Amino acid sequence: MADGTGVLILGDATGGELGSTTLELLAAGQKIASELGEQLSVALLGDTLDVPAQQAISHGAQKVYAVNHPLLAKFQIDFHLSALEALSKEVGPRIILVARTNEGRDLAPRLAFRLGVGLAQDCLEVSVDSSSKTLMANRPVYGGNAIAVVTCDQTPQIAAIRPKAYEPAEEDSSRTGEVVSFPVELNESLALTQVVDTVIEEAEGIKLEDARIVISGGRGLGGPEPFAHLEELAKIMGGTVGASRAAVDSGWVPSSYQVGLTGKTITPDLYIMVAISGASQHMAGCSGSKVIVAINKDAEANIFKEARYGVVGDWETVLPALTTALKELT
Amino acid sequence: MAIKIGVLAKQVIDPEMPMAAFRIDESSKKVVPPPNIPPVVNGFDENAVEAALLIKDAQEATVTVISTGTEFALDVMKKPLSMGADELVLLQDDIFENTIDSFLTAQLLVAAIRKLGGFDLIICGRQASDWDNAQVPLGVAELLGMASISLGKKVDVIDGKVRVERIIPDGYEVVEASLPSLVTVSNELGQPRYPTLRGIMAATRKKPTIWSSADLDLDSSQSSSRITLRDLFVPVSDQDCEIIEGEDPADSGRLLALKLREDKVI
Ligand SMILES: Cc1cc2nc3c(=O)[nH]c(=O)nc-3n(C[C@H](O)[C@H](O)[C@H](O)COP(=O)(O)OP(=O)(O)OC[C@H]3O[C@@H](n4cnc5c(N)ncnc54)[C@H](O)[C@@H]3O)c2cc1C
Ligand SMILES: Nc1ncnc2c1ncn2[C@@H]1O[C@H](COP(=O)(O)O)[C@@H](O)[C@H]1O
Repeated sequence: MADGTGVLILGDATGGELGSTTLELLAAGQKIASELGEQLSVALLGDTLDVPAQQAISHGAQKVYAVNHPLLAKFQIDFHLSALEALSKEVGPRIILVARTNEGRDLAPRLAFRLGVGLAQDCLEVSVDSSSKTLMANRPVYGGNAIAVVTCDQTPQIAAIRPKAYEPAEEDSSRTGEVVSFPVELNESLALTQVVDTVIEEAEGIKLEDARIVISGGRGLGGPEPFAHLEELAKIMGGTVGASRAAVDSGWVPSSYQVGLTGKTITPDLYIMVAISGASQHMAGCSGSKVIVAINKDAEANIFKEARYGVVGDWETVLPALTTALKELT
Repeated sequence: MAIKIGVLAKQVIDPEMPMAAFRIDESSKKVVPPPNIPPVVNGFDENAVEAALLIKDAQEATVTVISTGTEFALDVMKKPLSMGADELVLLQDDIFENTIDSFLTAQLLVAAIRKLGGFDLIICGRQASDWDNAQVPLGVAELLGMASISLGKKVDVIDGKVRVERIIPDGYEVVEASLPSLVTVSNELGQPRYPTLRGIMAATRKKPTIWSSADLDLDSSQSSSRITLRDLFVPVSDQDCEIIEGEDPADSGRLLALKLREDKVI
């Protein structure tokens, strides 16, 4: 296969605006494109692309491929795959970056397999080896217990980047770039799956992924009722409540609360962990937090190796005292 | 007519082992299996077996479990049989070693699936708890040209279609596809059933089908690598935890609040 040139980002324009993960990809992409001395472009799929295309340029894209089609208005994997396969073959990028979002999780592997190339999955950091122009991808494996550095053996080299691994790219409205429209042919019969219903079970209040303060509870809470204490504290602090998988699996809170490798990735300013042991799979979703506070009765719990502040004690005593004191302070 | 279900299941190092037992051999870039801790069937793959058995509880179906690896602990890999699966196919060969390369794994599984005459429904775990790739199932679906629905928490087969409740970040969606299709499942599917005594007895008597790569119809492009592992290391955490100690736990809680204010965390 030919070598390819440039870095192509698969952007998200579904909300009529550029998604936040695309801004993160632009930050990662700028870095590697400049290390390579090659062009940074963004592929946008949808039916209203003018606004996101300009946003991509002001955030550092030199070129935008606008793939406009009514069937791309919402994410449907088969339509998106078909469009991206055509685009990728035409453009011939050296590197493709995808965000490992809910959609990217399905899209990136299928695209890599369709193109017959490898995918560096769920990366925290990407760089290039400038002599060989090889993409070096760092990715957590074994539930975050280890980091693997992997490279792709064929071109395009594809990496899926974990959300929040990069700070979003800075905006500079004086930047200029080119918007090229890329026509695709799609028809309804391509769709192999149909969404027949969507059920939203989201907790009220601030979204877990967006909250600046998160308070999570684990198995050590012993049941669903103690989560009310966490909710109370969250309310006082202007935060939101999360949970470990053990708490979710016990049925105490819905799965949308789960933080971790197979739950949500959060990067709050303050993360308070109550009766959570700090298993690597939980930490995989919260190690980007600025400050971690742990309340756990076991002084040997792993979480005391990861937290900035800790209290060794029973949450039933520690938490009410913390809550009362915080009420007085705020 | 009976529905033919294939479940893809991987044997992995127990992810719940104590963190202190986690060791890497940096020169061979391998994780050293902890001594005295037996391997397990990947947790999400037990969920996949459960999903298949739930379908089999409700309608006529056969469940075949397929796994690739270099070495198997037979008693571990027979667990799906003792839960109620009908057949176990083990693809055992040194070429299955490079398990970080999902492309290779998927190609081999597809070759085996073809040899077994294909399935109406293939059920997999959402990811394997060793390399956390979450790629093999999507690769299998792509290579077989079938629909894939990931992150299922409920899987039903109705009128030649699979209907899946699939987890999304703020709830779930109901997705349908015509058979043949592939589904991956997550732990939200619920606790897998325990083997019954009868199941265990039946499983002891069952012999797995064991194939090597020579038994599969593969060409060199299918078994060439797509990913290279350059390095493997344990990340170091340099966090120093400040333990807040009051006169008693309640006092510690109060002092914690003051400390957070003092350090301008809040
Ligand atoms: C492939 C895979 C993916 C996973 N993904 C995730 C994920 O996304 N998120 C996740 O969270 N987990 C995940 N896990 C599970 C993870 O390995 C742990 O099992 C889980 O995080 C443990 O949850 P926990 O800390 O609440 O429970 P435990 O590990 O049981 O810890 C409970 C803690 O509470 C403390 N405690 C008990 N009573 C009290 C008390 N009265 N006061 C104070 N402290 C008390 C105990 O000392 C203990 O440290 C995953 C596992 C696998 C294999
Ligand atoms: N070696 C293997 N043998 C059988 N099934 C596998 C194998 N590797 C992966 N799978 C299946 O693919 C799922 C995802 O694995 P992975 O893509 O490696 O994270 C697993 O949960 C299994 O269902």
